[in-house]
Amino acid sequence: MTLLCVKNLSLRRRNRDVLKDISFEIGAGELIGLIGPNGAGKTTLMRAALGMLPSTGMSSLAQLSARDRARAVAWMPQAREIAWPVTVETLVTLGRLPHLAQGQKPSLADREAIEEAMGYLDLTDMRDRTATRLSGGEQARVLLARALAQQTPLLMADEPTAGLDPSHQISTMQTFSKLARAGTSVIVSLHDLGLAARHCTRLIVIDDGTIVADGPPAQVLTPDLIRSTFSITAWYETTDQGIVFQPLEVVT
Amino acid sequence: MTRLMIALTVVLALLFCTALVLGPANIAPLDSLRTLVIDDQGALTLVMREIRLPRAILAVLIGASLGMTGAAMQGYLRNPLADPGLIGVSGSAALGAVLSIQTGVAATVAFALPLSALFGALIGVFLVLLLAGPRGSSLTLILAGIAISALAGALTSLTLNLSPNPWAASEIVFWMMGSLVDRSMTHVWIALPFIVVGVALLASLARGLDALTLGEDAAESMGINLKRLRLTLIFGTAAVVGASTAVAGAIGFIGLVVPHVLRPFVGARPGRLLWASALGGAILLLAADIAVRVVLPTRDLKLGVLTALIGAPLFLHLIYKTRKDGL
Repeated sequence: MTLLCVKNLSLRRRNRDVLKDISFEIGAGELIGLIGPNGAGKTTLMRAALGMLPSTGMSSLAQLSARDRARAVAWMPQAREIAWPVTVETLVTLGRLPHLAQGQKPSLADREAIEEAMGYLDLTDMRDRTATRLSGGEQARVLLARALAQQTPLLMADEPTAGLDPSHQISTMQTFSKLARAGTSVIVSLHDLGLAARHCTRLIVIDDGTIVADGPPAQVLTPDLIRSTFSITAWYETTDQGIVFQPLEVVT
Repeated sequence: MTRLMIALTVVLALLFCTALVLGPANIAPLDSLRTLVIDDQGALTLVMREIRLPRAILAVLIGASLGMTGAAMQGYLRNPLADPGLIGVSGSAALGAVLSIQTGVAATVAFALPLSALFGALIGVFLVLLLAGPRGSSLTLILAGIAISALAGALTSLTLNLSPNPWAASEIVFWMMGSLVDRSMTHVWIALPFIVVGVALLASLARGLDALTLGEDAAESMGINLKRLRLTLIFGTAAVVGASTAVAGAIGFIGLVVPHVLRPFVGARPGRLLWASALGGAILLLAADIAVRVVLPTRDLKLGVLTALIGAPLFLHLIYKTRKDGL
């Protein structure tokens, strides 16, 4: 089943080609790492695929109505914004918004989705805490629970591990892995290639607005690609504890 | 209805009755309420129906408008310090009023004064819209509002400075301070349609404002049409603030303070805060209007002076608290 189909997507901004002729398809149960250097167009690609930026070409999500799209994909922007001191439960409940009409109270099914999302991220005991007073890692978990409560077949997250400590980074990626194994596809943009190599089922590498590689980590992360796209050298090994990828030196 | 809404409604009903039985005519409370309902063909019914009733109704309408606009603006801008006057609507409405006083149109044409305030508010809204652009962020909207406010303020001052009429200045001062003295049912009928439409528009924002708790990007991805939300907010604000300024002058701080006070009681949810703030705003303005009549009954204390005297220190305290909380 195809959850997202992008064909010949291009985007020009201020006379610069930010995205050039991007095409890819995403099926069920994939955990896709979107990697590339700063300014390569990762965020732009995700927002254009969502239809939140005007672009040429085709994206299946951009063709949906706002309401249908909100039921097809959940989007987690990089900025972890929580504007008001609401409780954790209230925040997670916001994820049900696309499923509710104006003024409609959450139904039993909505309550179950909220409980499931909170349980998934171990937030059940924190439901009455004020979200704005939580630590950065806890806030990230609450916002992820909001996206899960939306119960969409596809989840897109922009640098979900940025600013988190190692244990939160790993547990975030493990949550995504678990989701992917259960059939929900996840697209995450990442800067940590080690995390990407270890947890993702597929990597899409973007450089200068084009896809330069697309495939399983072992095929994508070749020394040549790492050198040409990221200007670094790296140590890559499939060990008995999984894939280990460690960036080493900057290539000049 | 939640306990908070019931409590607010009860307080509002009590204050409304209090406002009706208070006045220089010294009528016994029960007599005054009876003559309000049953026409006695005399002065008492006239006082009740033509003086006290419109004044109390206007206090409720305008208070509710200002409270709800404050909650909506704060929810949209995700800034607890935002103010309905921030996008320049109050300033433009006041400018429209002052201009109509100065050109003499207000004195010659019936209802030219409130109508020009409405027109001023609309021009302010359109200018803000033009400056902020079709997809402007909260920041551009605030900046545009500040620019419009400054421009409207400067033009109002210029009009004042050039005034040849010795009474014009005092008339303008009276107008800018805000007051419900000598309002008639005509004023109620002028303001009511705009306020009803505006409040309906603002109330429809509840869902979008809740979603905006997560930021504009996340709200849009959850199916919220940000462009429509912004237009609804601006037209709703223009309708209620324009109509309110038109009949009672610029009454400040209601829209600023009420949402602040009520936010903890609605779990900080911006959607639920809208109606709560409408009730709270009505309560605050009615209470202020009663206080104006009780504290200095002979000196005609302006309503805007009192709300600023109550509101400003409370607001300063809130700013300090907000800073301490690291919000």
